[in-house]
Amino acid sequence: MIEFHNVHKTYRVADREIPALHPTSLQIEAGQVFGLIGHSGAGKSTMLRLINRLEAPSGGKILVDGVDVTALDADGLRGFRRQVGMIFQHFNLLSSKTVADNVAMPLTLAGDMSRAQIDQRVAELLARVGLSDHAKKYPAQLSGGQKQRVGIARALATKPKILLCDEATSALDPQTTASVLQLLAEINRELKLTIVLITHEMDVIRRVCDQVAVMDAGVIVEQGAVADVFLHPKHPTTRRFVQEDEQVDENEQNSDFAHVQGRIVRLTFQGEATYAPLLGTVARETGVDYSILAGRIDRIKDTPYGQLTLAITGGDMEAAFARFTAADVHMEILR
Amino acid sequence: METLATLFSNVDWYEIWVATGDTLIMLGISLAFTVLLGLPLGVLMFLTSPRQLLENKPVYATIGLIVNMLRALPFIILLIVMMPLTEIITGTSLGILGTLPPLIAGATPFFARLVETALREVDRGIIEAIQAMGATTRQIVVKALLPEARPGILAAITVTAIALVSFTAMAGAVGAGGLGDLAIRYGYQRFQNDVMFVTVVLLLVLVQILQTVGDRLVAHFSHR
Repeated sequence: MIEFHNVHKTYRVADREIPALHPTSLQIEAGQVFGLIGHSGAGKSTMLRLINRLEAPSGGKILVDGVDVTALDADGLRGFRRQVGMIFQHFNLLSSKTVADNVAMPLTLAGDMSRAQIDQRVAELLARVGLSDHAKKYPAQLSGGQKQRVGIARALATKPKILLCDEATSALDPQTTASVLQLLAEINRELKLTIVLITHEMDVIRRVCDQVAVMDAGVIVEQGAVADVFLHPKHPTTRRFVQEDEQVDENEQNSDFAHVQGRIVRLTFQGEATYAPLLGTVARETGVDYSILAGRIDRIKDTPYGQLTLAITGGDMEAAFARFTAADVHMEILR
Repeated sequence: METLATLFSNVDWYEIWVATGDTLIMLGISLAFTVLLGLPLGVLMFLTSPRQLLENKPVYATIGLIVNMLRALPFIILLIVMMPLTEIITGTSLGILGTLPPLIAGATPFFARLVETALREVDRGIIEAIQAMGATTRQIVVKALLPEARPGILAAITVTAIALVSFTAMAGAVGAGGLGDLAIRYGYQRFQNDVMFVTVVLLLVLVQILQTVGDRLVAHFSHR
């Protein structure tokens, strides 16, 4: 478990104090995929680097499995960092070393394995990320997605308990992003690794994260289970991220609906409810008519969800609303 | 054959042979010491510079000042100014032995600056990645910085070697021996243009070989 207790960070630039992170407390449970989302300058990168102390906090305490990271001496810090893997937006592989030597690097630095043991571990890791055939190549000969796979293999070399992902898919195209995220989800599941990732794309959060914290100007403005935050965003920053992901402009949509008759409601289904034939049943029983104005059926990590915006006319509207509310569905009356 | 012999009537080929050997010896020894001293100095300058691992303003400023002073001094002046010190170090300020200290003192700061610049070219993200693996500063330098900067450092050695060739030629002016010495004594002072021509051609060939070998090595170690 990773705990932030009143952690804050201020940078001094040319005799001016610039706060990057206001006092923040946070808990990240072991085994979770925890996402931090925010625009650039929101403080998410600082938060991530505080965990393995690439940045030292200006105040507060950070505990990892009960160990106070902020109090470690140089030796202790080096030992601790070996239990925390990290991958980067621009991969940060050594261009002068082969793929195999890059992956071997953390093991060579630790210096507690024989050459044969290292070779065997590297072969395992490359097989896991699907790059066994590329061991002798140099990073410059690989595609972006392959480079990130090397980065992941390298980060896993010392069998860490935590993996930090710094915008790991931001430099990749959508298809490659999907495959890298899938690999991360697999690793999380199979190795029971805690993953903390930062991103500015809600899509990344939706695909792999269990929990999410939304950051804005050095403050966590909203936090919770991804499904809750994603489907019922409260803070304006969160809403903007969700809309960016759905490519919806709220104002545009409202003006589109202006000429539509009847009441407008938004229904949100989650899990099994997504597959229940609710709309038809309610329409039949209460005599209302409905038309679907907008909708999306997708998955949040492994959970299916649906979100439909309906215009409802005629029949017993109150009874229909009561039926929706009683079912395992979240209803929001927009008009 | 006869015309060739008359064309180079003043050229004593044995003397040319010896002078070439002297130049190569001066170059080899001074280059070895320059790299040996300049590499750690360059690494130290890089590490103590602002925003780097061992950031230390006083150390960086002091080394920088000394390096700049030595680089600002024309080599011919350095040769003369250093004479007393040279005598203390090598016991003589003449001959090959007498030129080595000024050669090394002239080339080391130059090389160290080039090393510092080559290290600065290494992506900061790579240093961060190695740090995140729990590397010591020493490991960061040996396992990441130097291998990543190797093409740049090889280019710096090439440039320095060529600068040293011209330094050795200048050292001829104070009786160091070597091709520069021949060019000055025969070519310049006795107007023997044929000797001048032969020495200049040999120096050119030497520079050309150094540059070619250097470029090949840079290309070999470059995987970007």
